[in-house]
Amino acid sequence: MDSKRSLSFEQPIHELQQRIDLLQENEPDSADRTEEIRNLKRQLATVTEQVFKNLSAWQTVEVARHEKRPHTADYLRLVCDEFVELHGDRNFGDDQAIRSGFAKIEQYKVMMIGHQKGRTYKERSACYFGCAHPEGYRKAMAKMQLAAKYQIPVVTLIDTPGAYPGIGAEERGQAWVIAENMYEMSRLRTPIICVVIGEGGSGGALGLGVGDRIAMLEHSYYSVISPEGCAGILWKSHEFKETAAEALRFTSANLKRLGVIDDIIEEPLGGAHQDHQQTSLSLKEYLVRVLRDLVPRSMDEIIASRYEKFRRMGVFLEDPASVNPPEQGSA
Amino acid sequence: MKRQKRGVPEGLWQRCPGCQNVIFRKEAERRLNICPECEHHFYVSAQERIRQVLDEGTFEEWDQALVPTDPLEFKDRKKRYSERLQAEQLRTGLSDAAVTGAGMIRARRVAFGVTDSAFIMGSMGSVVGERLTRLIERAGREQLPLIIISGSGGGARMHEGILSLMQMAKVSAALAQYDQLGGLFISVLTNPTMGGVAASFASLGDLVLAEPKALIGFAGPRTIKNTIHIELPKGFQTSEFLLEHGFVDRIVTRQRLKSEIAQLIDYCGK
Repeated sequence: MDSKRSLSFEQPIHELQQRIDLLQENEPDSADRTEEIRNLKRQLATVTEQVFKNLSAWQTVEVARHEKRPHTADYLRLVCDEFVELHGDRNFGDDQAIRSGFAKIEQYKVMMIGHQKGRTYKERSACYFGCAHPEGYRKAMAKMQLAAKYQIPVVTLIDTPGAYPGIGAEERGQAWVIAENMYEMSRLRTPIICVVIGEGGSGGALGLGVGDRIAMLEHSYYSVISPEGCAGILWKSHEFKETAAEALRFTSANLKRLGVIDDIIEEPLGGAHQDHQQTSLSLKEYLVRVLRDLVPRSMDEIIASRYEKFRRMGVFLEDPASVNPPEQGSA
Repeated sequence: MKRQKRGVPEGLWQRCPGCQNVIFRKEAERRLNICPECEHHFYVSAQERIRQVLDEGTFEEWDQALVPTDPLEFKDRKKRYSERLQAEQLRTGLSDAAVTGAGMIRARRVAFGVTDSAFIMGSMGSVVGERLTRLIERAGREQLPLIIISGSGGGARMHEGILSLMQMAKVSAALAQYDQLGGLFISVLTNPTMGGVAASFASLGDLVLAEPKALIGFAGPRTIKNTIHIELPKGFQTSEFLLEHGFVDRIVTRQRLKSEIAQLIDYCGK
């Protein structure tokens, strides 16, 4: 791991790794060295585990935004056995912040749709760091409807700081397209699996987020607002982003507890950015398992339980003594 | 000094934010809280909105028994969410930001919902989401036209975290089901309708009406300015801007709102 690229809490891990690398380069064959390397490696595993089992909410955000974390493009390559990209929303353009296309995952044909953040500066600018415009959400919906026509299950990979806040985005109806995507996804007649792979940023995430199974990679987050945005509004300063991150309870473990997500996909020790292959394998195994479960079910059953799933969300109190005025018999 | 709440006029005279003229408050009230000089539409409360749009004495409230709680034990710089809720309830007389029920519009029975921008910016948490969802479901069962008037500057309510975000999906799914039953949904956008409210039920109407010059959009103007670092064009994110870009069917003044809704219901009636 390149030290410049590592997060502050990853320092102890990084230092151990450096020592191991150094030993391995010089006299890797002597018996003493082998023993020392083995010890250090054991230590490395313990330290990494300690750090990553106790990540704070803000540290989770840092891992979720890690520049080496696998993105949609990586999973398209590593999870799918084949990918046939489909572009454009047939209306305005081809938003680079959303990738979509037919894919094969083992014996299953699927429609893969995901936010793309880009890795080089050029790529990142082209897709606005994973912030989609209305044409991106329309593109996603167009491909989902195509998939539904042929009963091809849809897999969405969610990884966005949020939908793009800009003049063009507002002119082209950012609020409208997000609402429409939720509306149509709630009744789309094909199975939908949604996985938050990094950042689940607010409405921009939810625009790809209504489905039959909602999962998160272990160190991703899914929130109503970014911790910086929340701190800016409720604490009047971005300085309080760590406090806000904690208060919003947006880690995968919290969301599982709140009943908002169904499953957590474990990441390799030290986070997904340490091992793209292993993370992809876990994701693939998860998708295959869920597809095997969903695909044989009847569409009516799938749609009904998808509705029920979201219908249950929310926490409130209700006075049982109070009664509503009686309903009027419908004609 | 206690900061005066935006849009809630106090005293005999008030300055109109539209034309800067000092106007007699009673005069504006007589005109449904519209400035007599420049037609600026002031804030109206949920209760006032019910009086303006529904036939007198016909409103029956539903799901009053739902009350908000503090599932995340959320605490910001100033206070706990539970304390904030109590303070807002005392100040506004509402239990949460949405009031729902049924009533008559020129003798046509409708399911009716309104969000009040005075209650935590009219933001949507679990109770707002649940009340609206039950309203929509019952409108479907009773085959009633559905009218929701939004006034929500806050979007999804941060204090309930992800649960608020999920209300957007819940309400949108309920509207999709209502649509499949052939229901008519008229959404009325008022100042302000932003964020998660704009990006869910408010924009999903079969018909979308807006009051003049309301602020309506997804991202807040300040967020946009901080992202793109240029001045925003004049009239950006107003009702007129959205009409021009094709997202609003009609801009309707407050005086005409009730009769226009009645008229539109008749066009879409069975």
